[in-house]
Amino acid sequence: MKQYYEFKPLNVGRWLVWSLFALVLLVAPLVFSSNLSVTMLTQMGIAIIACLSYNILLGQGGMLSFGHAVYTGLGSYLAIHALNWVSGGGWPIPVSLIPLVGGLAGLFFAVLFGYVTTKKAGTPFAMITLGMAELVFAMSLMFSEFFGGEAGVSGNRVVGEPFMGISFGPPVQVYYLIAVYTFVCVALMFAFTRTPLGRILNAVRDNPERVEFIGYNTQKVRYLAFMIAGFFAGIAGGLGAINFEIVTAEVVGAARSGGYLLFTFLGGATFFFGPIIGGVLMVLAAVLLSELTKAWLLYLGLVFLFMVMYAPGGIASLIMMNLRVASFGRLREVWVAYLALGVTALVVLLGAGSMVEMIYHLKLDAAMGDELRYLGMTLHPSQVSSWFGAVFVTLTGLGIFELARRQFLQQWSAIQTDIEKEIKRRETQ
Amino acid sequence: MSTVTNAPAAPHDPSMSHVHAGGYALELRDLRKSFGKTEIIRGVQLAVRPGERVAIIGPNGAGKSTLFNLISGRFEPSSGEVILNGTRIDGKKPFEINRLGLSRSFQITNIFPKLSVFENLRCGVLWSLGYKYTLFRFLADLRDANDRAEELMKMIRLDKKRDTLAMNLTYAEQRALEIGITIAGGANVILLDEPTAGMSKSETSRFIDLIREVTVGKTLLTVEHDMGVVFGLADKIAVVVYGEVIAFDTPEAVRANPKVQEAYLGSVLADQQAAEAGH
Repeated sequence: MKQYYEFKPLNVGRWLVWSLFALVLLVAPLVFSSNLSVTMLTQMGIAIIACLSYNILLGQGGMLSFGHAVYTGLGSYLAIHALNWVSGGGWPIPVSLIPLVGGLAGLFFAVLFGYVTTKKAGTPFAMITLGMAELVFAMSLMFSEFFGGEAGVSGNRVVGEPFMGISFGPPVQVYYLIAVYTFVCVALMFAFTRTPLGRILNAVRDNPERVEFIGYNTQKVRYLAFMIAGFFAGIAGGLGAINFEIVTAEVVGAARSGGYLLFTFLGGATFFFGPIIGGVLMVLAAVLLSELTKAWLLYLGLVFLFMVMYAPGGIASLIMMNLRVASFGRLREVWVAYLALGVTALVVLLGAGSMVEMIYHLKLDAAMGDELRYLGMTLHPSQVSSWFGAVFVTLTGLGIFELARRQFLQQWSAIQTDIEKEIKRRETQ
Repeated sequence: MSTVTNAPAAPHDPSMSHVHAGGYALELRDLRKSFGKTEIIRGVQLAVRPGERVAIIGPNGAGKSTLFNLISGRFEPSSGEVILNGTRIDGKKPFEINRLGLSRSFQITNIFPKLSVFENLRCGVLWSLGYKYTLFRFLADLRDANDRAEELMKMIRLDKKRDTLAMNLTYAEQRALEIGITIAGGANVILLDEPTAGMSKSETSRFIDLIREVTVGKTLLTVEHDMGVVFGLADKIAVVVYGEVIAFDTPEAVRANPKVQEAYLGSVLADQQAAEAGH
């Protein structure tokens, strides 16, 4: 019998990918060494774990949760309390293990809340998670002894004597701690997708009814997956507590939960690596985009909207679609079309962005004068000429973008048809 | 309550290991199901011996699929008993019933669309091989599960489509995969709900051969409309009309039964003859 299983002991490609991932984690702070970069890299590690853990629910289990921040957040709280307890003379748990306290807290609350939440699937599941998130957020305001009220709970990660020079005082040391956790957690979560439980979870996502007729209790499958997601979410939360040394009520808030959903989706829930892209984008958006413009949430919303409408598989699916075309040697045919799409999209963005910025200027910064600096240009939001220019650029951009898009679609569908034919041909051989 | 004849028929595999005290693989005792005030299944009695192939026929809306749903745990009976291999299963959940050795297919294709053919089948075998909710082993290392899935794939003749997503298969291939998933767990009682629905004549005859092949030694219950298939495949036929089994006997006896002629078969055979004459 032909042995053709996906896991080979000497899978060169897989070794290469994982080694590359480790290498990126290792050298990233050397390449991007400014304080801001290291801070961002650290946050990216945390966001990657959080988004991947969220994707165990969304992408792998088909569970749309609106309350994932409950598990990252409670992980954060327990971790910061554990940190304070250690520094107050409790058990001498090394700081490097504090994130595991967060993980266990996430697991504990997932066991507790998940029992109720995972009794249902689909829309009722989503609604219950929403209710659960609101419940925990409301509690965070009521029990200030534990949640620290509005000020939150702060701690100090530099505890005890440094071990081999590692005190976790300098941000780069925290980065490497988080990098190790990121690597291990990503590897474990990937391994999970290759286990019987992981695969049956996919089956539950696809067709829960059928799963019941092949011997599995779908509710139990969902519950177990929920616990695993909770554990990794808690680790992300624990890492966050060590990184920021302060935990406030917003970590269990709806905005945080929404963020995980949004960026996991943007990155791509259908592929394992999608949420990794999502996690990176999450930090880029929150740190850089928010610096660049006040309208960043609006842009983010629009990007999300377009993604849901035109590429529901997220960025990961776009990458995989192009890889497929490339594997059949057809990618070079579309690069001109891609260039045209890119340039025209930039023109649209330039025009539409200037209008958005002018509206924001008029509404928020009108007192600062009529001048608005926009990509090296000076716009005058109160003058018709600026608006005329913006509208003109936008409409022109839209017109040629549409032309480019049609041209591209024609080419793309022709290539897809050829690929389908080629696949059929190979199958019949 | 309906009265049924229950003459034992020769099983296909005489060396049945799962024969129980009553001698039946599946037994329905005065099974009833109501939706609101309407009683859909009205006191069904049926006893199927191990290895028998039973076709359930009857007009549309007679309750054939409901009967399957009651047996397999999709619906809970209003009253009555379902006994599988000597164990009462009425009121149990579908997955519990499956673990006791009963598996079913569906009238509307019910597979895992976003998983490959191989993965669909592997999912089907995992529980029966004892892997259950295993978290600490890789699927790729489960030699028995992988071999069994490969073997099933060959049996249903989809080995060339190993890595094709189930949603990209043709209709007939999806129906074959549905059968594959159904038999994957090694259940000894198999329920097939209109397995050939929507297939062309040539596809149907190939498919019947496939069903016969993959269910050797198993107890088979199938809902079927095509009388050619019914008479070719079944050892016994149960005729369901208005939620009652009005006859349960060998094909020849059922064909000759005046009650069946009057209630169902007469009109169906006349239709078929008319259709054939028209061609």
